Amino acid sequence: MTHATVEPTPASATPDGGHLLELKDLHVEFRTNEGVAQVINGVSYHLDAGETLAVLGESGSGKSVTAQAIMGILDTPPAFVRSGQILYRGQDLLTASEEQRRQVRGKEIAMIFQDALSALNPVFPVGWQIGETLRQRSGMSRGDARRRAVELMDLVKIPGAAKRIGDYPHQFSGGMRQRVMIAMALALDPKVLIADEPTTALDVTVQAQIMDLLADLRRDLNMAMILITHDLGVVAGVADRIAVMYAGRIVEHADVRALYKAPAHPYTKGLLESIPRMDVRGQELSTIKGLPPNLMRIPSGCPFHPRCPYVQQVCVDVVPHDLVLGDGRTSACHFAQEVRDDSAR
Amino acid sequence: MFRYILRRLLQMVLAFFGTTLIVYALMFAGQGDPIQALAGERPVTPAQRAYLTEKYHLDATGVGGFFYRYFDYVKSLLQGDLGQSLTGRQIGDILQAAWPVTLKLALIALAVAIIFGVSAGVVAGIRRASIFDNSTLVLTLLVLGIPTIVLAPIAQYFLGVKWQLFPPTAGSQPTFYALLLPGIVLGSLSLATALRLTRTSVAENLRADYVRTARSKGLVKRRIVTVHVLRNSLIPVVTFLGVELGNLMSGAIITEGVFNIPGVGFNLFRGIRTEDGPLVVGIVSVLVVVYLVSNLVVDVLYAVLDPRIRYE
Repeated sequence: MTHATVEPTPASATPDGGHLLELKDLHVEFRTNEGVAQVINGVSYHLDAGETLAVLGESGSGKSVTAQAIMGILDTPPAFVRSGQILYRGQDLLTASEEQRRQVRGKEIAMIFQDALSALNPVFPVGWQIGETLRQRSGMSRGDARRRAVELMDLVKIPGAAKRIGDYPHQFSGGMRQRVMIAMALALDPKVLIADEPTTALDVTVQAQIMDLLADLRRDLNMAMILITHDLGVVAGVADRIAVMYAGRIVEHADVRALYKAPAHPYTKGLLESIPRMDVRGQELSTIKGLPPNLMRIPSGCPFHPRCPYVQQVCVDVVPHDLVLGDGRTSACHFAQEVRDDSAR
Repeated sequence: MFRYILRRLLQMVLAFFGTTLIVYALMFAGQGDPIQALAGERPVTPAQRAYLTEKYHLDATGVGGFFYRYFDYVKSLLQGDLGQSLTGRQIGDILQAAWPVTLKLALIALAVAIIFGVSAGVVAGIRRASIFDNSTLVLTLLVLGIPTIVLAPIAQYFLGVKWQLFPPTAGSQPTFYALLLPGIVLGSLSLATALRLTRTSVAENLRADYVRTARSKGLVKRRIVTVHVLRNSLIPVVTFLGVELGNLMSGAIITEGVFNIPGVGFNLFRGIRTEDGPLVVGIVSVLVVVYLVSNLVVDVLYAVLDPRIRYE
């Protein structure tokens, strides 16, 4: 039983106070007519000022729900935060009043969404929508808000910003719409920007432009960024750290280089192996067998065990703790070291 | 937008000629002797008969003769002359007296639909599946299920005759108060439809992605609902109410009949019953114009409300 040699992490391993944003053992469930789905099952991660954390996972892994829980924009019902803490500058947002949370939204933590066409209100001009945040939150006058909106649209490199301020969302291309969305999120100089699959709805060429823009803006405005994506390719150039989610849990958490070099969780390993490689010809692409679990009936033990090539009896019986693998890396796998050693070979 | 309106105006001209032609044909196709119908029971002298035949070009027969008379009619119609009814009154005068009454009735009905229907619909949409939502569902289904021909006499009997809260009939010069009960009865159907439509629209828009964006901007809930959600939700409702006003303006035959209101519907019904061809065709011609104009206004309004609509 080699897995026993790795020591489990106590829940309070990360020191308090130091982090800009910290999630502690967050649990969220969806109560529907069909039953209760455990969507987030003890997610903990942290974000420091000026860094980029990528949250990676397939659809339904809970990455977007986690972000919406941070923003406090979950639809309740059906979503309920069952337990946990979301600390922003040491203050727990989950115990804060709705008014306090509203103050945090946009000003401290801002968010951009996947599909900018539906995320923007179709019946108002984009300049009005950007300016609305400034008028409502900073008490800016109409004229000032309008001028600032043009500046923000310039900042996100929308050509002819002053002329396009009166245009409606449907009059923009997909990439330009996402830029409008970004300009809107930046209106109040947030400290944290959550980007929820910002490039998923876009063409590949436009994807790269938007990712570059986000990376530049993050650096220039000295924000911290949480980048939610299911695309491993998007992450590599932008993120400092990666948290991989599966079935509402963080299964692996590591520095980008370390993770790409040698994933320490079978799920991450599977994801990396499923990327087509230019240097290996004629090889069949490997896939992760099976489907993600139904969140109303999450498998016992490790939720990944039905799909895992490393599966043993212990995986069916015991929920794996986060195992610390040195240099801040954790992996929620009983065989984390074996997987990493396998991957490194 | 300008070109769109122009095109619609041209379409309206076609629709106007088409509908008046059909109504004209239907009304006069079944008539045996129009001159005898005009005279009623009284005998017609040969001199009178010759004069009227000359005046209305009745000597021209067949399809050619029909169109001859139709174009005669349209010509005077375009000069603003609706002609005389068989009772000898100018149809223009009849409409001039009837229209304000119908307009008042229509506006009362529409106000009822907007004030109660739209606001209750908004509340029901926000509080989905609440007691309020469910009770409005039952009530609106009840209203939608009862035809006006049943609802109007019931309202008249209980509220007008038995409890005497409203005058049971309106009379020749109806006051606002006398039109209130018929207006509510007439508006109840629009109210129910407007309520269901608003409720669905609000409920749907509350779940829209842009609401999530508005929340993430840190806007207060009140603003999200009254500015973002309402502006989108009311697009279909305003469209419906616009068309509905066109319908209401064309008179409510049953309601005006039951409450004895001398409006457009009332006169139209009398014209049909007494086989007064000129009166029916005259009223319908004007109704067609009212309906076409109100539809055009609704379409333009729709484009103004929803910038995604492009009519070019």
